[in-house]
Amino acid sequence: MNLVMLAWRSLLNRRSSIALTIITIAFSIALLVVVEQLRQEVRQGFYRSVSGVDLIVGARTAPIQLLLYSVFGIGGATNNIDWQTYEELTQLPEVAWAVPMALGDSHRGYRVMGTSKAFFDAFKVGNQEALTIQSGRAKEDLFNDLFDVVIGAQVASQLGYAVGDAIVLSHGTGNVSLQNHDQLPFQIAAVLSPTGTPIDQQLYVSLEAHHALHVGWESGVQRRGAGLGLAEARALREELQPETLTAIFLGLKTRVAVFGLQRRVNEYRVEPLSAIIPGITLQELWRISGLAEQVLRVVAFLVVVTGLLGMLTVLLTTLNERRREMAILRANGARPHQIATLLIWEAGLIAMAGIGVGLVLAYAAQWLAAPFLLDKLGIYLSLNWPTLWQWGVLGAIWLAGLLVALIPAFLAYRRTLADGMQVRS
Amino acid sequence: MTDTPLLKLHALRYTWPGSTDPIVLPNLTINQGEKVFLYGPSGSGKSTLLALVGGLVKPDRGEVWFGGRRLDQMSGRQRDRFRADHLGIIFQQFNLLPWLDVRSNVALPCRFSKLRAQRAGDIHEACDALLMGMDLESVLWSKRADALSVGQQQRVAAARALIGQPDLILADEPTSALDLDRRTQFIDLLFKQVSLSGSTLLFVSHEQDLASRFDRQLSLGEVGA
Repeated sequence: MNLVMLAWRSLLNRRSSIALTIITIAFSIALLVVVEQLRQEVRQGFYRSVSGVDLIVGARTAPIQLLLYSVFGIGGATNNIDWQTYEELTQLPEVAWAVPMALGDSHRGYRVMGTSKAFFDAFKVGNQEALTIQSGRAKEDLFNDLFDVVIGAQVASQLGYAVGDAIVLSHGTGNVSLQNHDQLPFQIAAVLSPTGTPIDQQLYVSLEAHHALHVGWESGVQRRGAGLGLAEARALREELQPETLTAIFLGLKTRVAVFGLQRRVNEYRVEPLSAIIPGITLQELWRISGLAEQVLRVVAFLVVVTGLLGMLTVLLTTLNERRREMAILRANGARPHQIATLLIWEAGLIAMAGIGVGLVLAYAAQWLAAPFLLDKLGIYLSLNWPTLWQWGVLGAIWLAGLLVALIPAFLAYRRTLADGMQVRS
Repeated sequence: MTDTPLLKLHALRYTWPGSTDPIVLPNLTINQGEKVFLYGPSGSGKSTLLALVGGLVKPDRGEVWFGGRRLDQMSGRQRDRFRADHLGIIFQQFNLLPWLDVRSNVALPCRFSKLRAQRAGDIHEACDALLMGMDLESVLWSKRADALSVGQQQRVAAARALIGQPDLILADEPTSALDLDRRTQFIDLLFKQVSLSGSTLLFVSHEQDLASRFDRQLSLGEVGA
């Protein structure tokens, strides 16, 4: 205790150079923590997005690709699946619910998903939470009108939309689309509550509306004079059965059935299909992204090493100026090992302060960046406390700081032995 | 008081690491309670003597008796312990940790020696009494040591050497940085406090004009030779 107090007072005396050292370490710690937290949050976010889905079915493709375009809106489908397949899947005894997904349109850069009311009832995110309505009509009344559109929380906040606004969808998924579905405007029926998943960044229309938009667009562009008017479409609603879908989300009655069903879908003979279990496919994705993560971690770790070396430099350069101090301590009864311990404590205090300030920096940075990350990248940062493992890493860094200090401590030890009571030069 | 001298040096020889010239020291005996002036011009082996008496180094040959114990036969650890418990040391200059307040500087030996902490009793009070005894105003007590003048710092150093009543006060040219007036004042105060604590004083200096004030005068060039 006494030695710690002495170390502390001695550090205070050199506060400007010590503060710089602490800041150096703090930045390196902050980098390490942010990298680790982001990695974790991104993974967590991905899991949150698919936690309620047991199987995703799409046209035959690579599992990761299917996962990315169906859930995260990254990339696109190369093929569609037949409506018939959807009907058959919904009737399977092990299937609890099926949510169809038809893609192809967008609105000001946000993806439009054609789906059924089952989406609002059955889809679960995060910790098995059902979707809820932030404003607008109740769930059971959605899609009552053919041209109802439901929008995600972020779409509403970013574009400043409210329930009742009329919007026009665009053909294709580009940010700037030259071809708008002008003749069929939609009205916003509801805004979903935020979920922290890609659901917040999409717009939802009924499958029938999705189909109505594309009557006359079979070749990819609108045939002149073809297409439906609003009244015409509403009248034809019963017949606007889509022929194809992009993907289907399935929830099963019991999770044990998932592997069997996955195999059966993959072996489906009418058309080539892929069924993926989202959690497992995410694992595959992490295996690919893991290398980049490792590189980031190694870089962050090296920065921490640099910070500790900076501390070593400061301790070593001040060692010479402090010979007088050591001699005084020694003359007053300090043993060589106590002087060495004093230096180790100094390093311990510096490293501790660095880690503390670093954590504050890391959380401040995350707190400041959270809205931006959510807006631009759809990454939902929940400011979690460091995990036990992270505390372990920070503790190990602190110990590494103590180990580094063994070098000046040893030098001081030897020097105090050789100096005798006076400073000999 | 026993008849055993407090300090007895016999046939000492020491070679500093990295040097080939052994330093031979004269024999000397100091009794308990004495105030001894040791004339030591530079190059007379003064710092070697202090290092040996302080137990910082072990002689190549010869004996260092302290009380009834032989310092030269102790381990490094034991000598450290001995120094912390039984010696108060005053240097020529720069005695204090500049970043520590005056009072904490005085209390420093009690951090490293339980014996002296015990003898001091209430450390805070002991510090104050000694600082007052060395004629330092109480406004200075909580100031940083480097805020004090050189003369004041030397008096703080004396107070520190005296805390916990060590058996021997080793003073290494403590007045050479002071002007004449302050030198006299310093020695007056030091004598008074040394007498109060019952310690023995070994005062090493090259300022021969001070010698007459001491109980006994020795010279490094000729003691016991």
